[in-house]
Amino acid sequence: MKKVYANATEALDGVISDGMMIAAGGFGLCGIPELLLEAIKDSGAQDLTFASNNAGVDDFGIGILLQTKQVKKMISSYVGENAEFMRQYLAGELELEFNPQGTLAERMRAGGAGIPGFYTKTGVGTVIADGKEHKDFNGETYILEEGIFADLAIVKAWKADDTGNLIFRKTARNFNVPAATCGKICIAEVEEIVPRGSLDPDMIHLPGIYVHRIIQGQHEKRIEQRTTRKKEEA
Amino acid sequence: MPWDRNQMAARAAQELEDGMYVNLGIGIPTLVANYVGDKDITLQSENGMLGMGPFPFEGEEDPDLINAGKQTITELSRTAYFDSATSFAMIRGGKIAAAVLGAMEVDEEGDLANWMIPGVLVKGMGGAMDLVAGVRRVIVVMDHTNKHGKSKLLKKCTLPLTGKKVVNRIITNLGVLDVVDGGLKIIEIAEGVTEDEIRAATEANIVN
Repeated sequence: MKKVYANATEALDGVISDGMMIAAGGFGLCGIPELLLEAIKDSGAQDLTFASNNAGVDDFGIGILLQTKQVKKMISSYVGENAEFMRQYLAGELELEFNPQGTLAERMRAGGAGIPGFYTKTGVGTVIADGKEHKDFNGETYILEEGIFADLAIVKAWKADDTGNLIFRKTARNFNVPAATCGKICIAEVEEIVPRGSLDPDMIHLPGIYVHRIIQGQHEKRIEQRTTRKKEEA
Repeated sequence: MPWDRNQMAARAAQELEDGMYVNLGIGIPTLVANYVGDKDITLQSENGMLGMGPFPFEGEEDPDLINAGKQTITELSRTAYFDSATSFAMIRGGKIAAAVLGAMEVDEEGDLANWMIPGVLVKGMGGAMDLVAGVRRVIVVMDHTNKHGKSKLLKKCTLPLTGKKVVNRIITNLGVLDVVDGGLKIIEIAEGVTEDEIRAATEANIVN
């Protein structure tokens, strides 16, 4: 059971193919699998569907795959920061399925947990509920949402051991955990791979059972909105 | 004089009570954090954090530490991090006491529209639909009228909804109104504003 690969391209070898449904971790540009996205671009795979909260910006994150027209469909909650996305969507070149953010996270979690559908009150009475089964529980109305079962999950973590146990850092955990669980195969890119035994077993955020391939690499970790305060305000 | 942005935020801060877990939206709601004073309030950021701190000092920004508006922030001694599914489990599960949100339209039934204007750029609802469906008390902070002078407190929302019958209280530049049976009830009027002015600026039915 060798999980550690030399780089993102090798980790994708034999895994990536046209028409795949890929679940990707990250929120905005925070905690996105930037190395794997770059390698997917290089692979030339076409007609990809991405379940990802956001679509990156024009030149970073999933945005780079929009530039090369490798994406057929996005399942996202917010795509406001990407001009190329808007252009392709308004031109009818790109399919878009908006999911409320919590519904998207739960769809991934459910898929990973073997749950094909769940009822939620999020979106009842809105366009999100159109065409979905409604059911009342204890006098309140809920809609049926389906679990996401992705062909591939790509995630970014802070540290991994060579068995695939992952630890995330601060708010970079976000969608990486639910995304990782809902893929038939999950590839994780991390900042550091450490030998087994060096992570505290009580502090593992995602057990290695969910992670099939791991790569270590240098991450740009771009900041989307740099906001600061002056020292004298303290 | 109607309230300005900061006065609206200060008024919204009065809604928050000691010990509350609260989610603040983007825009004026973000300013509410500046006015909580000594109250023990824990701010939730739906990208996976409880105990959100202020912006970092220049040079101390951490790309792994952002809020739901993608801004760099800091952590506090009480901070806890978690994944997005856990974050929305606590939202949907009714663990968050209050959400303070901006809005484009609110109507007399408590319906809220704040995510989409058809034909104009469509960005997505983010976590807004989950928040209004799951949080125990929804407080909207917004101007009473739009830039054309038309009321944003309507009989029926015209824009695509974020949630149906979800708003509890509305804080505008003119005052505070509650969603009650039959319409909106004026709770408070901004200093220097008359009740007639609020009524004239409100399309929704006002009940006494």
